[in-house]
Amino acid sequence: MSNPDEGGRGARPGDAEPTSETPEAPGPETAAVETVPPADSVADEEVKASLARADRTTSPLDLASYLPTLKVTFGAVLLALLIGAVLIALSDDRVIESLPYFFSYPWDFFSRSGDAIWSAYSSLVTGSVGSWGAISTTLERAAPLICAGLGVTLAFRAGLFNIGAQGQLLVGAMAAGYVGFTWDLPGGLHLLVAAVAGILGGALWGGIVGVLKARTGAHEVITTIMFNYLAASVVLYALGKDAFQRPGSDNPLSPPVDDSARFPQVFDVHVGVLLAFAAAVFVWWVLERSTLGFELRAVGANADASRTAGMNIAKVYTLAMVLAGGLAGLAAVSNILGRGDSISLGVGGSIGFDAITVALLGRATPLGTVLAGLLFGAMAVGGVAMEASGTPEELTDVLQALIVLFVAAPALVKGVLRFKEAGGGSTVMAKGWGS
Amino acid sequence: MSIDLDKPLETAAPDVRDRADVRRQVRLVVVFAVVAALLTFFLVDIDDFGIRYSLAERITKDDLPKDFDAHGLLLGCLVLVVVALGLAAANLVPRNGWALVLFVLVGVAFLAGFIIWNFTDQAGSGAGRVFFNPMPEAIRRSTPIILGALAGVLCERAGVINIAIEGQFIAGAFFASVASSLAYSAEAGLVGGVLAGVFIAALLGVFAMKYHVNQVVLGVVLVAFAGGLTSFFLSQIPDDPDVRKYLNAPLILDRIEIPGLSDIPVVGLTFFDQNVLVYLMYLSIIVVSFLLYQTRWGLRVRSVGEHPKAADTVGIKVTRVRWQAVLLGGVFAGLGGAYFTVGSNGTFDNGVTANYGFIALAAVIMGRWHPIGATAAALFFGFMLTLEVQLSTLGRVPSEFISAMPYLATVIAVAGFVGRVRPPAADGEPYVKS
Repeated sequence: MSNPDEGGRGARPGDAEPTSETPEAPGPETAAVETVPPADSVADEEVKASLARADRTTSPLDLASYLPTLKVTFGAVLLALLIGAVLIALSDDRVIESLPYFFSYPWDFFSRSGDAIWSAYSSLVTGSVGSWGAISTTLERAAPLICAGLGVTLAFRAGLFNIGAQGQLLVGAMAAGYVGFTWDLPGGLHLLVAAVAGILGGALWGGIVGVLKARTGAHEVITTIMFNYLAASVVLYALGKDAFQRPGSDNPLSPPVDDSARFPQVFDVHVGVLLAFAAAVFVWWVLERSTLGFELRAVGANADASRTAGMNIAKVYTLAMVLAGGLAGLAAVSNILGRGDSISLGVGGSIGFDAITVALLGRATPLGTVLAGLLFGAMAVGGVAMEASGTPEELTDVLQALIVLFVAAPALVKGVLRFKEAGGGSTVMAKGWGS
Repeated sequence: MSIDLDKPLETAAPDVRDRADVRRQVRLVVVFAVVAALLTFFLVDIDDFGIRYSLAERITKDDLPKDFDAHGLLLGCLVLVVVALGLAAANLVPRNGWALVLFVLVGVAFLAGFIIWNFTDQAGSGAGRVFFNPMPEAIRRSTPIILGALAGVLCERAGVINIAIEGQFIAGAFFASVASSLAYSAEAGLVGGVLAGVFIAALLGVFAMKYHVNQVVLGVVLVAFAGGLTSFFLSQIPDDPDVRKYLNAPLILDRIEIPGLSDIPVVGLTFFDQNVLVYLMYLSIIVVSFLLYQTRWGLRVRSVGEHPKAADTVGIKVTRVRWQAVLLGGVFAGLGGAYFTVGSNGTFDNGVTANYGFIALAAVIMGRWHPIGATAAALFFGFMLTLEVQLSTLGRVPSEFISAMPYLATVIAVAGFVGRVRPPAADGEPYVKS
């Protein structure tokens, strides 16, 4: 074979129409091949077979295929809530007080546990979706999680494990914030330029990782981890300069963005939230309907076969990371231009790392990522209300981790909850380290 | 197989060279030229080549800082790099192990030049202007990274991806603190750390091997789980000092001087005047290397990581061997976690592990899934992190740049010299007996 880096798109036969291989088609491996096909079309068959194996549950309109998945997910949430209930009961002072005389008055223990669990979970729910105000806070909290989660999802589908959302988000925040508070532009234009700057900032940071991976083979897990730290250094450096500091202050904290660069509010929710949903549609379109998405999924499913089929792996890796970084940048834009956060080292919070769990819970599909992001956003917002009722906010972290863990282990959920039917499938994404 | 018609035919010139070969030469020339240019800049930029240094870690009556004229050393570094540049330009850089030696030499020369440049021209004579021996601190800082990386190597050579090293660190650090506080003994903290590390490893094993959970997902989730659980427990510990002292006020391991060995100049201070966790780390490197490469068990571990089916065919119990490797890894990772509380800082706090678990993960990959390679990568991190502390007060370069140095160096090392790596073939694939 000739030099893999040189293989252009043109080398592939013209059947790049991704719609022709709907994910539901069972067993494309058995496609009858009479004559001995040329090597390229063998590779194409292999790519398609890999894709079909990997993509079984990605059709967004085929609701029946989601049913087992939904059952498992609800089962997972239920199990996590049960374990959480035990933790809540054990963390309640009044429950602990009732333990020494458990055998004389067991009812005390149960009623107090019940009280504690009820008040914690009910405040978790009312605090996150109990009123329109709570829902709007939840949506604004979920938007960056969705955006960054989509970035991780997209990279996953290309077989890349992007741990770097945190760094991409920081750089995006820096770019969006700088444009937002220094430049002086008319209303709508200012917002647009600032948002684009944020997206480009993230895309740049992600793109470097993609280029390094494509050109030198540097493993993206290492480079994204390192670029998270590097982004933190860059932000700290910038925040040490007057250009980024609040006037008359030496703190590493930027001024908030100008009003002209803020997202307008619609029904108490900033427009950035709508952008997050639009981004999900965009990612779905890219993955399922565009040629790039076809290549991306093909490379993710089987890089070697894709290379043999004439795809330009280097280009796919680079573009995937550029897009992933841009989405993380959009997450930063949502916080900086939407909620009006200032740039600081903590501007990303733990969004970058939560994004990985969100993407995993969403099984690396756009729709799943949106739902997972909403769930995590709701839990984060409800956790604050729960803290007020006496249960530490940190419990939501445990709940989130448990939910993802159980969702990823359908066999466990089915075993414990005695589900009958099979299905509800495995997670779809890169199996290992790739290379 | 196919003939590339786009290529012009003129390429059949007398000196046909592989593209990869040309690219390698260009890359080396560029890198070495940049290093040489920087060293020249250092040489020109420095006015006074006097450096105050100390072979100890602090100034004492016996160890007063000494003066050293760094001009010759810097010149030597420059000459070395220029020679390397010449070799690269003439395409004479060897392709075997000597290449690595050359890269390391150039790297060391650059680092030496950079350190000299930072410490020269420093007015005043405060302790901050003295270059202290960075090695003892480097060993300490790399201890948890090495232990975590060894855990990663063990798991992954057996075919189980372990991204949860950070989770094992967090759990180990927390329970080491609790155990040490409860038992009023720092050594008990090590036991607590090991148990916690093994507990997370057991979760990893159950979900990876019994329920076939995607192991990348699993690792990320376990990190989140360990972080959430410990911060939940931490928020349950009241601020009341009477309660805290039983739960989160651990004793810290004492330094132990090894008699005889610790009297060797420099080396003794570096390697043999450390706490017991560091000695356990030395032992762990030897144990893991020996187990993996010199014993029948190690052969089995590596075989189930490369080709579980073949291993199964010859009668090796794949799942059992993987379980053993994962749990043993948990011991090392738990010890590594204990470093963050009973080994150094004391009290557990959220974020005490500072994402070192991910650095350990990077060390596993950089070290190409080999215990010695991973140790070398982890030592490199430890050294760079120590250097960062020493250089950040000196004002030659912004401290943010200094703090970015370890990570920048890693990216350069991985992108420039390590390149593509090959994980164990069956890494991350659950084995289902058919």
